[in-house]
Amino acid sequence: MTDLHIPELSLVVLVGASGSGKSTFAREHFAPYETISSDVCRGLVAGDENDQSATKDAFEVLHFIAGKRLAAGRLTVVDATSVQHQARKALVELARAHDVLPVAIVLDLPESVSLARNAERADRDFGAHVVKRQKDQLRRSLRGLTKEGFRAVHVLTSVEEVEAASIVRDKLLNDRRDEHGPFDVIGDVHGCRAELEALLDRLGYVVVRDDDGRPVDASHPDGRRAVFVGDLVDRGPDSPGVLRLVMGMVGRGHALCVPGNHENKLVRALDGRHVQVSHGLEETLAQLESETPEFRAEVRAFCDGLVAHLVLDDGRLVVAHAGLKEAYHGRASGRVRSFALYGDSTGETDEFGLPVRYPWANDYRGRAMVLYGHTPTPDLEWVNNTLCLDTGVVFGGRLSALRYPEKETVQVDAERVWYEPVKPLHAPAGDGSRARADDQLDVTDVLGRRVVETAHHGRVTINEENAAGALEVMSRFALHPRWLPYLPPTMAPPATSTRADLLEHPDEAFAAFTAVGVHDLVCEEKHMGSRGVVLVCRSDAVAAERFGATDGETGAAWTRTGRSFFDRATTESFLAGLRGAVGAAGLWDELTSDWVLLDTEILPWSAKAGDLLRDQYAAVGTAARHGLPAAAAGLETAVARGIDVGDLLARTRARSANADGFTAAYRRYCWPTDGLDGIAVAPFQVLATQGRTHHERDHLWHLAIADRLVAAAPGLVRETRRLRVDTHDPASVAAGVEWWESLTAAGGEGMVVKPLANLTRAERGLVQPGIKVRGREYLRIIYGPDYTEPAHLARLRDRNLGHKRSLALREYALGLESLERLARGEPLWRVHEPVFAVLALESERVDPRL
Amino acid sequence: MSPVYLTLTSTAPGATDLGFLLHKHPEKAQRFEVSAGVAHVFYPEATDERCTVALLLEVDPVSLVRGRRHGGDAFALGQYVNDRPYAATSMLAVALAKVFRTAMGGRCDARPELVDQPLPLDVRVPVVPTSGGPDLVRELFAPLGWTVTASPLPLDETIPTWGDSRYVDLRLTGTMRLADALTHLYVLLPVLDSAKHYWVSTDEVDKLVRAAGDWLPTHPARELITQRYLAHQRDLVTTAAARLSEVDEVPVEDAPEERPRPLVALRRQAVLDALRAAGAARVVDLGCGEGALLRELVAHPEFTEVLGVDVSARALEVAERRLGLDRMPDSQRARLRLLQSSLTYRDERLEGYDAVVLMEVVEHLDPERLPALESTVFMHARPRTVIVTTPNVEHNVRFEGLAAGAMRHRDHRFEWTRAEFAAWAGGVGERTGYTAAFLPVGEDDPEVGPPTQMAVFTRLEGATA
Repeated sequence: MTDLHIPELSLVVLVGASGSGKSTFAREHFAPYETISSDVCRGLVAGDENDQSATKDAFEVLHFIAGKRLAAGRLTVVDATSVQHQARKALVELARAHDVLPVAIVLDLPESVSLARNAERADRDFGAHVVKRQKDQLRRSLRGLTKEGFRAVHVLTSVEEVEAASIVRDKLLNDRRDEHGPFDVIGDVHGCRAELEALLDRLGYVVVRDDDGRPVDASHPDGRRAVFVGDLVDRGPDSPGVLRLVMGMVGRGHALCVPGNHENKLVRALDGRHVQVSHGLEETLAQLESETPEFRAEVRAFCDGLVAHLVLDDGRLVVAHAGLKEAYHGRASGRVRSFALYGDSTGETDEFGLPVRYPWANDYRGRAMVLYGHTPTPDLEWVNNTLCLDTGVVFGGRLSALRYPEKETVQVDAERVWYEPVKPLHAPAGDGSRARADDQLDVTDVLGRRVVETAHHGRVTINEENAAGALEVMSRFALHPRWLPYLPPTMAPPATSTRADLLEHPDEAFAAFTAVGVHDLVCEEKHMGSRGVVLVCRSDAVAAERFGATDGETGAAWTRTGRSFFDRATTESFLAGLRGAVGAAGLWDELTSDWVLLDTEILPWSAKAGDLLRDQYAAVGTAARHGLPAAAAGLETAVARGIDVGDLLARTRARSANADGFTAAYRRYCWPTDGLDGIAVAPFQVLATQGRTHHERDHLWHLAIADRLVAAAPGLVRETRRLRVDTHDPASVAAGVEWWESLTAAGGEGMVVKPLANLTRAERGLVQPGIKVRGREYLRIIYGPDYTEPAHLARLRDRNLGHKRSLALREYALGLESLERLARGEPLWRVHEPVFAVLALESERVDPRL
Repeated sequence: MSPVYLTLTSTAPGATDLGFLLHKHPEKAQRFEVSAGVAHVFYPEATDERCTVALLLEVDPVSLVRGRRHGGDAFALGQYVNDRPYAATSMLAVALAKVFRTAMGGRCDARPELVDQPLPLDVRVPVVPTSGGPDLVRELFAPLGWTVTASPLPLDETIPTWGDSRYVDLRLTGTMRLADALTHLYVLLPVLDSAKHYWVSTDEVDKLVRAAGDWLPTHPARELITQRYLAHQRDLVTTAAARLSEVDEVPVEDAPEERPRPLVALRRQAVLDALRAAGAARVVDLGCGEGALLRELVAHPEFTEVLGVDVSARALEVAERRLGLDRMPDSQRARLRLLQSSLTYRDERLEGYDAVVLMEVVEHLDPERLPALESTVFMHARPRTVIVTTPNVEHNVRFEGLAAGAMRHRDHRFEWTRAEFAAWAGGVGERTGYTAAFLPVGEDDPEVGPPTQMAVFTRLEGATA
């Protein structure tokens, strides 16, 4: 057997004359869809595999399919003769365009073999001269294949060799996905050996020294490993010392290392190539002068052998000196290497004569965390799940490391300024009017048909037209996305009651939970306000740091569609009140957070929905209250003089009473407010705090927190009354029903029944987080004043709840997703994605009365 | 079903003759199926001195929701809870026409001599929705010879701060032919409401001419009545105007008398001029709305590429229809592209154009979003020229009918003075490397400046954002 080595991700070009056995070879050594054959493509476009007139179109199709496969990171084999230089050149270019390595496998068999095989096939009626011409072309090509760009060239010259060949797929050098860490990723060292030793010490490594006291290795008692982002050398006081330590660590498996541009240049300098000795290279070369030639050779070999980027931990972590955009992760090409070493440049130079670097991280949308260095920055700042660890130690800044996967940073200060920077390290920050890099959302983050992966409910699909509608709402009416880490889900009502005079009753809500095995429930009073989400930060500094606030804002309060409840000034005084309550209740410390995101109801409804109440409800009320008595009066006179309109009179009187009931129902939602006067907030759930969510905690925990806020600020914060119900216990169920009856009899809106445990899964998946049971009178303002008339009720019973329930679950899962992404500190676009999706789902066509 | 109510009283001698005229017996109650539900006719009073007929329409709410295909959104709560079952609207007008068709047509076979007899009449409609208040009610009915009492109904008497509702309790008294009184109600009730419950079709023109041909041509509010009745359907209005003029033999003016050019047209012209002056060929109209500016841009071949962008998918659909994209010649069509985008998000598709126009757009953004606009337009799209127009709030005092302190449009988040606009534009220019020149649009009032202000930003060569 002969092993033919090819990279795991490559474009394999089979080269050989017609009849040389390429298709058979491909069939035997590659999976069915890995091979794209030009014959098949001819068949696809022309209906005939041998229709040479279709060759041009067939190759366009072949290249298109191959491109799609390579873009997706799939090995692809091209089965065409490829004996001509032009044909191969196009394929090499295709491979490069997708940053995969091209490989050639040449079947250079004797002409007689091809001729004999073609003769056996009825459809191959072309003459021997064709095969002969192809053989000639092949022979002329053989020597130049490597020069053409093929990374590996395998030539098989006999039937026996072909039969003995076996394909071995090698992992790419950058593929270290099976290394899971934990790691300590260390920024640009630039010859600052003392600081590196101090940092390793702080990270818990034990440094090993040689007889001369020089550090030659460091290892961690827990088996952690260091990962160096490159630029070990130049500018600093002891580049050889740093190299000796890092080479030792790498050599003994205690560290990984990617090269920086400075190592790259050092190699060329050591090779005696002509390089400009600047940017600190002169110091390194001088320092290396006093080392042995062996050491210099070792350094050269080490630096030259470094792989430009590493993909680690199942693809979750990528390390490259200057960072790496997602399309280049795990790829291999000249431009991938160049990006990893030098970054993306706009081609311009700035006022200091340094190249203007393109902020690729602002556009980064990948799932892998990218850690890098290269550009000295005064502070560590996460941008879209990427972090630059170069904090300019050699310029008197700090040497930084990030613990992975913990995401903790560890830093040591420079002992001194070792090298004067061309550009001041502490360049003036922006004027504050510009959003953080992370805040820049792209329209492609939200537009079009999208699928959002949720942890709790699988994939949720957003249709294009719903996204289009949400874009308008989000852009024109909602708060800025940085203030909207969450939108609450819609909530389903229970199955329609079987009772004659009701549409909704607690029995059906209890039954729905019992049916999925959830017995321990909590009923919460449904406040007569509007759903409100409130983000309270401990200070404006926290708001600026964590949420990118400007102008001293300290949080936000928003509606189900993301609109601010109040104007800016009122919002701030509202937040000040809540902040006081959170502080007085001791929650900052208890929740170990400087901000808290609360799910609440904000009252009265008229504060937010004044227009709706006036234009819709009050208008209907006044029209009904004036029209109906006038009609009743006329009917009474007619009845009095013996006209037969008694039934009509009775109906009209009943409607008049309904209209009064309707009016009474909406009036309960109206009370005057002036600024914050008259506004109350009833929190009922802690959605998220720094680094964590709370939907695994039961509702009693949440309500206890709410009660403490009430106690701290009784004027502003309102209690959510609640009753625990155990559906195993008939008495408890009866008490629940009675409670609802008393709430609604007193004019209340109703209650929400929730699984006590909060987030609950049952056999068939996620359980509804709550079911709202609304009161009979309240429903007049939803279903119309006369809905209680038997004829109406009969018709209304036939309401379709399926879509509403499904929507409620999807929105719930999206809400949880955004909270979890927020808690994990994911970039804004990731948090925004499910939030936007909730808004988009809200434009799905569902009966709005449910 | 819920009722809508109207009464009509005659105090003529032999008042019960009303029964003959209406073809409805005063001693009987009758019911009629109509499209909106059931109409009941009965007489609360029927004496020789005084006879009152009542029309009570029981509206079927199901029929209302069914009618949703004619405009309206079935998935908005307003479909289910609304005033239609209680207020005198086009549904009552339709019922009136159906139940009293013969009377309205001026026929009375039993007593033909009654038809042309003016009667002392008293009409009461307790709940009439009006878009225009009691004044409009008087404006519409008084010229026809009615004495009008229109008392506004409070929105909610327990919440006085809410003020009056859009309903009036309407009482009309006057002496006139019954047929005329009925056609007045038939035409004018829906006009008052100005929210027809069904789709307006060309049939409506016929109905209007048939019903109001006698009196509409001389009515001082003729234009308003025609427009509202036909629900602002432009071409129908033109047809109706032409046909009314046939009846009336008053020629329709072909060209309206020379009026000052409306501000919108001036603004478009100013933008076109500025684009030409900047030599822009590839232009983005950001916030193109329904495409008024796009129409002009594609009409001028020097604009070789026109991109209309709006955040509202619906506005873009309307633009597509209005511009007749599907019928546009290929050469013109190829120059125009529409796409949905938002200033909140960065969009690569907006990059690489000569000019971006923001015509009456910035004032629709919350001030907090202006930095996002700055970033999207001036830093990322970064065309050579950016043209911004926005209202000059100082000029608002010159608009009659605009309350002091009120903004020109409900959705305006702010309106700037000239100084405020200049300060914003100057700041943007400084941060992003543009210079701004300011130009007036409309008459430049010496005291309060022009109604619209325009800034033309030019990118400074070599500057980076």
